[in-house]
Amino acid sequence: MRAMKTPTLFAAVTGVAAVPAAADAAELTVSVEIPRLSVAEYHRPYVALWIERPDETAAVKTLAVWYDTKLAKGEGATWLKDMRQWWRKAGRSMTLPADGVSGPTKAPGKHQAVFTAAQLSGLAPGQYNLAIEAAREVGGREVVRVPFSWPPKAGARPASAKGASELGAISVSTKP
Amino acid sequence: MSIAIRTAIAAVIALAVAPAAQAHRSWLAPSATVLSGSEPWVTVDGAVSNTLFYPDHVAMRLDGLTAIGPDGAPVQIQNGSTGKYRSTFDLQLKTPGTYKIANASSGMMASYKLGGETKRWRGQEADLATAIPKDATEVQVSRNSRRVETFVTSGAPSTGALKITGKGLELEPITHPNDLVASEKARFKLLMDGKPAPDVEVEVVLGATRYRSKAPEFKVKTGADGVFEVQWPEPGLYWVEASVRGKDAAGVASNAGYAATFEVLPD
Repeated sequence: MRAMKTPTLFAAVTGVAAVPAAADAAELTVSVEIPRLSVAEYHRPYVALWIERPDETAAVKTLAVWYDTKLAKGEGATWLKDMRQWWRKAGRSMTLPADGVSGPTKAPGKHQAVFTAAQLSGLAPGQYNLAIEAAREVGGREVVRVPFSWPPKAGARPASAKGASELGAISVSTKP
Repeated sequence: MSIAIRTAIAAVIALAVAPAAQAHRSWLAPSATVLSGSEPWVTVDGAVSNTLFYPDHVAMRLDGLTAIGPDGAPVQIQNGSTGKYRSTFDLQLKTPGTYKIANASSGMMASYKLGGETKRWRGQEADLATAIPKDATEVQVSRNSRRVETFVTSGAPSTGALKITGKGLELEPITHPNDLVASEKARFKLLMDGKPAPDVEVEVVLGATRYRSKAPEFKVKTGADGVFEVQWPEPGLYWVEASVRGKDAAGVASNAGYAATFEVLPD
């Protein structure tokens, strides 16, 4: 039964890795729907997720940027500026790719992104917006905002919003 | 003829000639102003025409063209060519930051009478004294300067390229020229020979006018500190122009123009 050993070992390792995070297990979960579009030429959208103050003035923290990270010579970065609001508020001052932030584009469907308290360290207690912007090659651009408060309170209800063109249902939930 | 009389006549002539200078608009139109990725390129058109930004009159001459990089040093312009209606050139933004592309020209103009015939001369100030014959009469001299600019940024906007030269009419950004969105007001300072240019009318014109009966076009005025404020009616590529006529410190008539192209993005 040699083959069984590998998964067991893997589970054990991840179990150990999870221990330090248990000190602050608070989480922010963002559910993102990328709509299936019936268009002649479809490319997966570039998507940026960031946290901003309710007055939308400045980005507090960029959580994730999904773009063509695999293109040669970092050419995928050429279109990062098409996520205009994120680019102006945060992206243009960042160095990408960035560990734990950049990732490949996602296919149409529902995706869940979970951010740990460690990833949100330094976020002062208060009311925020989770902003998500999608920009698609030979397509449009859309920004959706969903409010949340941090740190999470027990029993806090998820909040959601819906995009009209480039984004589907977006929901944000937190747990302490 | 005394210097005083020469300059007095020059001032009168400069005023009389003024409206003709308004006839056409000089412009630089970049393919993009906000860029990401490593070492991106922009391509720029330059022309003189009435409708913005359609080249249908005269190509801009590229002689006085310079590009300044984020560190304040000149950057090589590439693939320059001049066609019938427009000039075009490329610029690679090898280091992140803001680049200023400027086409500046300056010189002296003189007209005088010699043996009953009117002669004209155009050249640099250093040659003026020897260019006009001693027995010339009705000598009129004016100093002319013209500057056409645009700005492009790779990554985060920077200010190293925005320094003014202190010569002619120039714009000193208060709001960064590559950080313009339709929902926010922008402020700029107009300077004449490095000093604030108060009470100057600034024309703001939106491009892409071919497909509408009337384009947003309006005027704002600089305050005592040379500052003017623009509320963009909508996103688009805008042309901003101002000119100042008067006499310089030495009493010579001067005619200075400034024009810039700004891209205003949607939110």
